[in-house]
Amino acid sequence: MKLTKLALGIAGIMLLAGPAQADGSDDVVKIGVLSDMSGTYSDLSGAGSVFAAKKAVEDFQKDHPDLKVEVISADHQNKADIAANTARQWFDVDKVDAIVDLVTSSVALAVVNIAKEKNKVALVSGAASSALTGKSCTPNSIHWTYDTWALANGTGKAIVKTGGDTWFFITADYAFGHALEKDTSAVVVANGGKVLGSVRHPFPAQDFSSFLLQAQASGAKIIGLANAGADTTNAIKQAAEFGIVAGGQNLAGLLVFLTDVHALGLKNAQGLIFTEAWYWDQNDNNRAFAKDYAAAMGGKHPTMVHAGVYSSVIHYLKAVAAQKGDGDGAALVAKMKEMPTEDKLFGKGSVRADGRHLHDMYLFEVKKPSESKGEWDYYKTRATIPAAEAWRPLAESDCPLVQK
Amino acid sequence: MRAIDERIVYAIMFGLLLVAPTLIYPIFLMKVLCFALFAVAFNLLLGYVGLLSFGHAMFFGMAAYVAAHSIKVWGWPTEAGILAGAAVAALMGLIVGYIAIRRQGIYFAMVTLALAQMVFFFCVQAPFTRGEDGIQAVPRRPIFGMIDITDDVTFYYVVLAIFAAGFFLVHRVVHSPFGQVLKAIRENEPRAISLGYRADQYKLLAFVLSAGLSGVAGATKALVFQLASLTDVNWHMSGEVVLMTLVGGLGTILGPVVGAGIIVSMQNYLKGFGEWVLVIQGAVFVIAVLVFRRGVVGEIAECLKTRGAGGGSTAPHAGSGSSH
Repeated sequence: MKLTKLALGIAGIMLLAGPAQADGSDDVVKIGVLSDMSGTYSDLSGAGSVFAAKKAVEDFQKDHPDLKVEVISADHQNKADIAANTARQWFDVDKVDAIVDLVTSSVALAVVNIAKEKNKVALVSGAASSALTGKSCTPNSIHWTYDTWALANGTGKAIVKTGGDTWFFITADYAFGHALEKDTSAVVVANGGKVLGSVRHPFPAQDFSSFLLQAQASGAKIIGLANAGADTTNAIKQAAEFGIVAGGQNLAGLLVFLTDVHALGLKNAQGLIFTEAWYWDQNDNNRAFAKDYAAAMGGKHPTMVHAGVYSSVIHYLKAVAAQKGDGDGAALVAKMKEMPTEDKLFGKGSVRADGRHLHDMYLFEVKKPSESKGEWDYYKTRATIPAAEAWRPLAESDCPLVQK
Repeated sequence: MRAIDERIVYAIMFGLLLVAPTLIYPIFLMKVLCFALFAVAFNLLLGYVGLLSFGHAMFFGMAAYVAAHSIKVWGWPTEAGILAGAAVAALMGLIVGYIAIRRQGIYFAMVTLALAQMVFFFCVQAPFTRGEDGIQAVPRRPIFGMIDITDDVTFYYVVLAIFAAGFFLVHRVVHSPFGQVLKAIRENEPRAISLGYRADQYKLLAFVLSAGLSGVAGATKALVFQLASLTDVNWHMSGEVVLMTLVGGLGTILGPVVGAGIIVSMQNYLKGFGEWVLVIQGAVFVIAVLVFRRGVVGEIAECLKTRGAGGGSTAPHAGSGSSH
C-alpha cells in the first residue's frame, strides 16, 4: 500500500513534467517570440514584441488570406540556458518555424546556433552584439534592427560632425563596455575628434558621482556613456543632479531606448544624444503603428525593437509566400537575402550576405521639457545616417559566410 | 524493512527515468537531472552536515565554464572536459571550504556568498568566459570515442548514468560511518569533537565532495545546452538550489531530486505565462512553506511513518532530518 502511494506520488510528479503537446501540422507557419517578459528588458521588447509580431501577421494576411500563421511566445528571463531549452523544444516538439526578437546577446547567440543546427530561422531584433553578423553569423539568422558597431559609429561620427569633437568616456568595466568605448573612440578619432580621457566604473554601479566629476573636470564637450540599461539611466540621472548638461556639456548614450528616456523623464534626459533605428513620430505610418500599439499596450509607445520585430516578420512571411513553404530554414533566409525588404515601418532596405539588415539610422537628441508637446514626444532628429554609412562594411566582417 | 522500501523506491524512480524520454522532451529531462544532481550535492552539505552554503553556484558555474572552454577551445574529449570541470570545482571547494568552515550559521553562509560573488566578478571580467555572451556552441564529441552523443536521447542516457553515479555516491556517503559522523556533527558539534572526531576535517571533506559533485552537474549542463553563461555563476543560481532542496525535502535523499523536478518544470512549463511566472512561482513557494514544512518528500515520508507505525513506534526514517 505504502509503496504504491509513494510510487503514485512520484509518477504524479513525473507527469507534472509531462509531455508538451505537439500539434504540428506543417501547413501552419509558426512564429515564436522569445523575449524578456518580466525582467530589465521587458519594456523595450517583451509583450510589445508579441504585439508587433501579431500585428505584422495580421497586416500580411490582408494580402495573403490563405496563409495560416500562428504566433506563440515565451519568457527567456535573460538566461541563455532557458532560451536554449525553449528554442530546442519549440523547434523539435512544437514545430516552430522561426524565432523572433531575442533580446540579450547571450540569448541571441545561443538561439542562432540552434536555428542553424535544426535548419530553422532566427530573426534577431532585440540583441546588440555585432558578433551576430561577425564571427557568429549563420546561414539561418538575420540581425535586423541595430548592433553595437552601428551605434558606436553613428553616435561617434555624427556627433563629431555636428561639433562635438572632444570626448570623455564613462565605461562599464566589462567586455561590452570596453568594446563600445574602443569602437566609438576609433570613430571619433577617425573623424577628427579627440578623446580626452575615460574612466571605468564597476558593473553594475549605483554611485556615479566621482566618475561624473572627472568627466566634468575634463572639459570635454561630449561625455560618452559606454554602458547600458540601469547603469546608463543612473548615470544620466546623476548627471542631471550635477548640472552637467546645464553647464554646456552633452551626454552621448551609446545604447538608449525610448523606454529609457520615458523612465528618466525629459527633465533628466534632455540634451542626450544617441543613435536609434526608428522613432514612432517620424511619419504617418509610424504614428499609425504607435497608435495601435498604445491602444493595445495601455498607452506605452513602441521602441525600435518592436518596429524591428514587425518589419522582420513581414519580410519572413513574404519569403515563406514566395517559397511556398516554411520547411527549409536556410533556403528561406537565402530568399530573404535575395529579395529587397519593404514594409511600412522600415521602408525600403535589403539584407546583406552576412545577415545584416540594412536601413537608415538616425541620430536623435532628447527634447527639452519646453519643446515637448506631450507624453512620449521626446526626440528631435539631429541627423540621418544613410544605410550605406550606418553599418560595418562587409570587408571588415569576419563572418565565415562572406567570401573574400 | 526500511532499506528494502528505499531500494524499491529507487528502482521505481530509475525505472521511470529510463522510460521517460519516450514521453517527455529529453533536453528538458537532462536539465532536470543536472539540477537534481546539483541539489543532491548541495543537500549533502545542508541536509547532512547542517552547513548552509550560499555560494554553490560558483562550483556549478565555474565547472560549466571550464568544461565548455576545454572542450570547445582546447579540443579536449567530452569525458576529460567533465572531469576537468569537476576537478576545478573540487579544488575551489577545498580553498573555499578551508576558509568557510571556520564559521557557522549565518557567517558561514555570508562567507560562501562573498567568495561566490568574487568568482562571479572574475567570470564577468575574465576573457575566456567571454563576459555576458558566454561560451556558445560547445561541441558534443563522442564519449570514449564511440558513444555518439549528438542525438539527444542517447545523451540523455549518458546524463542519467552520470546522475545515477552521483546519486548513489551521495547515498553511500550518507549511509557510511563517515556519513554518521557528519550527522553527529550536525546534531551536536562539540559532542562529536569530545568523542575524538576532527569535525573540521570531516566538514571540509564533505564540502569538497559537495563542490566536486556540483561541478559534475555544472559541466554536464554545459554539454546539454552546449553553452556556459553567467547565469550559472550568478547568486540567483545559489538561491535556486536552496529552494529546490527545501521544496523537495531537506535531509532526504530523494527530496532534492523531486525539488529540482518541481522548480525546473515550473520554469519550463509556466514560461508561456510571461510576466505572471514570477507571481505563480511566489505563490507556490508560499504554499510550500506554509503547508509542506518538511518539503514534498519529507511530508510523504512523515505521513507514511505515522500511518505505518500505527501511532506507536517512532523509528526515524532512514536519512530524514529530525527537526527541519
